[in-house]
Amino acid sequence: MSALTTLDVRAVEPVATAGGVYAWTFLLIAFPALGALVLLLGGRRTDRIGHVVGTLASLASFVVAALLFVDMLGRAAEDRAVNQPLFDWLPAAGLQVSVGLLLDPLSMAFVLLITGVGTLIHVYSIGYMQHDPRRRRFFGYLNLFVAAMLLLVLADDYLVLYVGWEGVGLASYLLIGFWQHKNSAAVAAKKAFVVNRVGDMGMTLAVMAMFAVFGTTAFSGVLGGADQVSEGWLTVIGLLLLLAACGKSAQFPLQSWLLDAMEGPTPVSALIHAATMVTAGVYLIVRSGAIYAGAPLAQTAVVVVGTITLVMGAIIGCAKDDIKRVLAGSTMSQIGYMVLAAGLGPAGYAFAIFHLLTHGFFKANLFLGAGSVMHAMDDEVDMRRYGGLRRYLPLTFLTFAAGYLAIIGVPPFAGFWSKDRIIEAAFADNLLVGTCALLGAGITAFYMTRLMLMTWFSERRWKPDVHAHESPLVMTLPLLALGLLSLVGGAAMLWTAGGIVEWLEPVVGEEEHALPFPVWVLTAATLVVIVAGVALAWMRYGREQVARTAPTRVSFATTAARRDLYGDAVNEVALMRPGQRLTGSLVYADSRGLDRAVNGVAALMGGSSGLLRRVQTGFVRSYALSMLGGTVLVVVALLSVRLS
Amino acid sequence: MGTTPYLVLSALLFTVGAVGVLLRRNAIVVFMCIELMLNAANLAFVTFARLHGGLDGQVIAFFVMVVAAAEVVVGLAVIVAIFRTRRSASVDDASLLRY
Repeated sequence: MSALTTLDVRAVEPVATAGGVYAWTFLLIAFPALGALVLLLGGRRTDRIGHVVGTLASLASFVVAALLFVDMLGRAAEDRAVNQPLFDWLPAAGLQVSVGLLLDPLSMAFVLLITGVGTLIHVYSIGYMQHDPRRRRFFGYLNLFVAAMLLLVLADDYLVLYVGWEGVGLASYLLIGFWQHKNSAAVAAKKAFVVNRVGDMGMTLAVMAMFAVFGTTAFSGVLGGADQVSEGWLTVIGLLLLLAACGKSAQFPLQSWLLDAMEGPTPVSALIHAATMVTAGVYLIVRSGAIYAGAPLAQTAVVVVGTITLVMGAIIGCAKDDIKRVLAGSTMSQIGYMVLAAGLGPAGYAFAIFHLLTHGFFKANLFLGAGSVMHAMDDEVDMRRYGGLRRYLPLTFLTFAAGYLAIIGVPPFAGFWSKDRIIEAAFADNLLVGTCALLGAGITAFYMTRLMLMTWFSERRWKPDVHAHESPLVMTLPLLALGLLSLVGGAAMLWTAGGIVEWLEPVVGEEEHALPFPVWVLTAATLVVIVAGVALAWMRYGREQVARTAPTRVSFATTAARRDLYGDAVNEVALMRPGQRLTGSLVYADSRGLDRAVNGVAALMGGSSGLLRRVQTGFVRSYALSMLGGTVLVVVALLSVRLS
Repeated sequence: MGTTPYLVLSALLFTVGAVGVLLRRNAIVVFMCIELMLNAANLAFVTFARLHGGLDGQVIAFFVMVVAAAEVVVGLAVIVAIFRTRRSASVDDASLLRY
């Protein structure tokens, strides 16, 4: 151990201490945290200004982020990482934890996404939650969510990151269960929390393992010293971090909470799926690149998990009729792409983050668009009761179409650039993984086209008393902004200012991948697969009429996909039932064994004391007699000792 | 003259006192029997002091007398108070403090 703690711990990259505009780094977290504090402690007095305060707090954070970004762009690549130490948290001997913020190109990308998309979602929520009597509380939770996520990506220590990690879990619980009067929402919130706890356990153990091995939990110490630690330990830590990432990012086998999380208000879904929460796992893996570099086994596990999830999510998305659940399945699938890329090491880290950012744009766009549709359709979520909406919600349709083209990867929309890179990197790594990624793109095209056709085209299948109308400006403006980002965001990030790969290179490194065939072949193949998916969906849902109720006589595959590929059933059989049985037997042992022993001893004491107290007769003379008897006894005893 | 008669007298007095405490019901009589026992003990102390030619026994006898006087004050007051409320001085009647 001592040999390890005296390692030559060098920083991952040259880190400057915060000065100039970087002294404002803490404001990024402070603004939304303050907003949450005011709104949640202020009570009803802040009801009327709640949405303004919440949105301004998020906007202020975004402005600071933009200023910092501009300054960072002007710096040379090697001194873009800035550290702002805040205070000593645990100054104990042997365990030094100090809270500090690390702003480098990687966290900068996240900060911009979180505050930017987060602010748009705040603005949208003003309209979406207008008639909700608890709107102020909603904005308080949103601010809490943003603040926790910012702490997560800005921390320079795994223990501090863990605080944000848990804060995100708490905020998601509060928001998923925001309409707590609905039993399903309360249950979904609980489920999300419990499943996340399983992942958090991995995080806890990983932090403990880091402390045991490295003697510190700071990024500089852990990531800088990773190359001097045995592969076994790195594999253990890597797998534990993967478990943690699976929980937050809804990766197989901890994916089941994400689909139920649709019970929350739609802006929450957008926030969880685009800007915060599910991206945390990808961030964790990319940030811990130095650990995975020395643990090929853990890296393979990451790739496998990502590949399984991307196919699973896509299949689930094909069978759902609930518009939000289709999008949730697609989130699972897209995050699967990111995790897959993150598992490829330096060859894929930049593309994982790239796809994460573009996904943030178009998924927020799609979710907010879905919210706008629900707003128009009296909160109907069943796509079989939509149809022909493009004439009634033209603005939403336009932006939704941009998001749709982006997610299926049509050039020049954002998703094309990022997804294509990931598929390339996957093929360079392994033919099977690459094929799965390619297949996933086709399935994505299929279910997203299905969603488009069922919602916007085809004939009206509305419920009788629905009057569809376009949403107010406060909701469509964020949609327009996100639609624009879905259109140009990918190309802009790839081609301006050296591009995202070069931007992230100082943090995550870069590695050329060698394809066994020319790149244009693969791009063409991807486009062919996408077109095939679109065509299949059109034949199935565009040419033929869509049934108003879901057909019941369907193939086994459809049934399985409708039931989330039996994820809940597996959890129930493998975990819940045995857990219940264990609890039952423990309760039995407790009530029959322990309780009886304890109660028996108590009864014995009670009974014997009940007998003994009969001695207290209340008659003075009998007390006197017993005193005399005692005295005589003592005297006799003394005498017998003396005489013998 | 030896000390034996004094000690015998002391023992007799103590026995009378003890038997009185155990057998009599009237609180006043019980009280007097207690005094009898105390004084029997005093007699023994003084006898032994005389036997050993020291003053220790004498001093302790004085202490006993003082404490007995104080005890009489408190004890009689208690007995009078009980008699006032219960119209009885029998020690067997005052047996409320029991299980």
